Amino acid sequence: MDFDALLLARIQFAFTVTFHIIFPTFTIGLSAYIATLELLWLRSGREHYHLLARFWTKIFAVSFAMGVVSGIVLSYQFGTNWSRFSVIVGNVVSPLIGYEVLTAFFLEATFLGVMLFGWNRVPPWLHVMSTIIVAVGTAISAFWILAANSWMQTPAGYEMRDGIAIPVDWVSIIFNPSFPYRLAHMLTAAYLTTSFVVLAVGARYLLAGRHLEEARTMVRMGVGFAAIVAPLQVLIGDLHGLNTAKYQPIKVAAIEAHWDGSKPGDFYVFAWPNERTESNDFALSIPNAASLLITHDPNGLFPGLKSVPPSDRPPVPLVFFAFRLMILIGFSMLAAGWVGLWLWWRGRLFETRWFLWPAAHVWWSGFIAVIAGWIVTESGRQPWIAHGILRTADALSPVPAGSIALTLAMFILVYGIIFSMGIYYINRLIAAGPKGSAVKPPDRGTPTRPLSAAEEAGREVLGSQT
Amino acid sequence: MEWYLPVVWAVVIGIAVVMYVILDGFDLGIGILFPAFKEDRHRDQMVNTVAPFWDGNETWLVLGGGGLWVAFPQAYAVLMPAMYLPVIFMLLALVFRGVAFEFRWVARTSKVWWNRAFWLGSTLAAFFQGLILGGLVQGIEVANGEYAGGPFDWLTPFAIVCGLGVVAGYALLGATWLVMKTEGDVASRARRYAKLLIVVVLAFMAAVSLWTPLAVEHIRERWFTLQNLMFLWPVPLVTALLAWHGWRWLDSGEEFRPFFAAIGLFLLGYMGLAISWFPYLVPPSLTIWQAAAVPSTQVFLLIGVLLLLPLNLAYIGYVYWLFRGKVREGEGYH
Ligand code: HDD
Ligand code: HEM
Ligand code: HEM
Repeated sequence: MDFDALLLARIQFAFTVTFHIIFPTFTIGLSAYIATLELLWLRSGREHYHLLARFWTKIFAVSFAMGVVSGIVLSYQFGTNWSRFSVIVGNVVSPLIGYEVLTAFFLEATFLGVMLFGWNRVPPWLHVMSTIIVAVGTAISAFWILAANSWMQTPAGYEMRDGIAIPVDWVSIIFNPSFPYRLAHMLTAAYLTTSFVVLAVGARYLLAGRHLEEARTMVRMGVGFAAIVAPLQVLIGDLHGLNTAKYQPIKVAAIEAHWDGSKPGDFYVFAWPNERTESNDFALSIPNAASLLITHDPNGLFPGLKSVPPSDRPPVPLVFFAFRLMILIGFSMLAAGWVGLWLWWRGRLFETRWFLWPAAHVWWSGFIAVIAGWIVTESGRQPWIAHGILRTADALSPVPAGSIALTLAMFILVYGIIFSMGIYYINRLIAAGPKGSAVKPPDRGTPTRPLSAAEEAGREVLGSQT
Repeated sequence: MEWYLPVVWAVVIGIAVVMYVILDGFDLGIGILFPAFKEDRHRDQMVNTVAPFWDGNETWLVLGGGGLWVAFPQAYAVLMPAMYLPVIFMLLALVFRGVAFEFRWVARTSKVWWNRAFWLGSTLAAFFQGLILGGLVQGIEVANGEYAGGPFDWLTPFAIVCGLGVVAGYALLGATWLVMKTEGDVASRARRYAKLLIVVVLAFMAAVSLWTPLAVEHIRERWFTLQNLMFLWPVPLVTALLAWHGWRWLDSGEEFRPFFAAIGLFLLGYMGLAISWFPYLVPPSLTIWQAAAVPSTQVFLLIGVLLLLPLNLAYIGYVYWLFRGKVREGEGYH
């Protein structure tokens, strides 16, 4: 087996998919947030909800376009990088991803036009409905893609015939054991991530003393949502982990850096898992806490890494640290939500700089948690690409390492240019704020082009720069 | 196995590919023609004619590629590694061009660069699509159900000619589209270019048609059996006739017909390919039945496609109707 090609193909896939997930995370959350704003506007008739909805729609348009272009690349990579994967589990996995593409294109594309360009052309209720449909559409996309991914983690409803996985029961394929948890965890992650972006933008305006009314609304909504949903996410994450312990015990052993299954597990706050000595260096741990978390019994036993040969273990340090990063961010979000709630209750939410300043600067926290979470999930699944069915090493396309290295370099270059432009552009829109042209309906825009809704505003913003 | 399911899927994917080539063809063509129109106002006008459509046009590529994966995983698993570099180059060119499309409106000082990116992205995407086609026609080396060739097998003079041919063909579609959708300077210049391009495209079609049987044995065999020859001889004749009419229509000031003549040329070329190809997906080793996914997989997604394809077609029809009529200089859609 050509190890270099394998490693490069994995890096390439990880790079493109990590870039992609940033945008869906945001669009799933943002479309729901805009729909909420519009509903509030419809019910209360207050203009600043309308202003905010339009402001965020521009930003939504840019992110959505980035999600589309990076997603198209991904769907082809299953063939270019993982052709044996396509043959061996393609019969089961591919139609699930096929449905995500169908949903995204045929549902979102239609109503997206109304959402982005219809402000002055359709009655408000129809506009609100289109936005809701777009929000539901992104969640349905997530449903399908996560069904595919979850099946790779916890396969069900298939049988092996001549070395190829054949679908037997579509319902159990889609609703495989880890799917409900993953769907709940990922959707909540998307909403939580977005609420922290909204909070950050509101806090940024408050600190700068601009757009005060809109800023207060955003800060209130961000804090309120985080205070409720962050603890919920911790709970869902815990249940998710219990489910994983049942179906992918070695992944959990890697998460906890638990080597010896004949003893109860400690929870390592910090450690350096040493794969050579099969133990943890520099360990700082809470005795028996991992057993308590996973088996609900301080003396409970769960499988350790040593129960399988090294070739069947995931990269332990990567999984271990990525998990701790996610947890750290999760509990910080919870703390931020509750502190904000307390300040709100004391009536000091909009003046407390020591709260607003950090809040304005950690808009990226959710994205990092999402990426870290996916690293736990995907690296923790190694060495399998489809758990128990196919190893990653056996899924590789017969493509030489040189080709993969070349295209990887090109991906990094092109994505680097394009996405830094996109982020720069979003930042300019935010800096301009929900006033001026950023909220005017586009007059040159056209229904099937997400970005053109943003371009009017962008030209104004950039124009004032040059 | 139900013999008809793979046929249904082959038709669905075939439709997706035709739709893609025609629809994205004309908007890639606009990009290819950029260097021939130097003034910024002309370029804006050209881009405005395709603005409402291009995103939807690219949909068909995903449907074609995704459909191939779902319905014919064996073929997908052979073709993608075989065409690894050109496929990824093409995708990157499309990404670049798609973003350049939008950024060139936003940018002020860097607009020159996004114009270049738009031209280069469009041209390279077209070129690599032709190259992939040429590579397929040449045939792909398969052993044990896997691609067995090298990373540059597709890089042959024949494939390069196919690549250039597709660039010329898309440029023709783009030029005739401009004849139909614009007025003034742009329209009259597009008309001149279109006439030139018809000749160029015809030359490429002739070259590829003559070269193919010489280079590819199994196609030679198929073409030159007597009963097939009976079927095939009208194809070049009809092609020549259509090209001649296209030229005449351009000369006599027709506005719509040249575009449809250009589409006709593409359809004829496509038919020629289909006749030489069917029922192979990866010539000369995998037929659509050998490459097919199990029926339950094919049926499962087919349900979704059959429900949503008509909806999408209706929506596309609606968008084209909404944005009918000509685009004048300095004018977008209001
Ligand atoms: C949790 C959600 C999620 C996850 C894990 C993924 N995606 Fe995605 N994807 C979306 C959620 C999403 C979305 C929110 O539905 C997008 C973003 C913008 C869009 O159009 O839909 C999207 C777009 C999108 C598109 C473009 C469709 C369009 O043009 O509308 C493709 C082809 C893919 N994705 C494919 C993939 C693949 C192959 C993935 C895995 C490896 C993947 N996505 C992970
Ligand atoms: C602090 C509480 C949290 C716990 C206990 C937790 C637990 C987990 C576990 C065990 C997994 C791996 C599941 C598997 O691979 O089978 C996971 C994955 C993931 N986590 Fe968390 N998580 C928490 C917080 C968060 C937060 C705050 C976010 C993002 C805002 C997040 C986003 C994700 C994502 C995107 C994945 C990958 C998708 C998935 O498998 O669900 N998590 N989480
Ligand atoms: C969108 C969020 C996702 C992120 C950030 C993500 C992240 C990653 C990472 C980091 C790897 C490399 C793992 C390693 O080699 O150690 C990987 C591999 C992979 N993932 Fe994901 N993943 C995501 C979603 C998905 C989904 C939804 C699917 C399938 C439906 C998927 C399929 C794969 C495949 C096929 C590989 C390559 C083989 C492998 O290394 O296992 N991923 N992903």
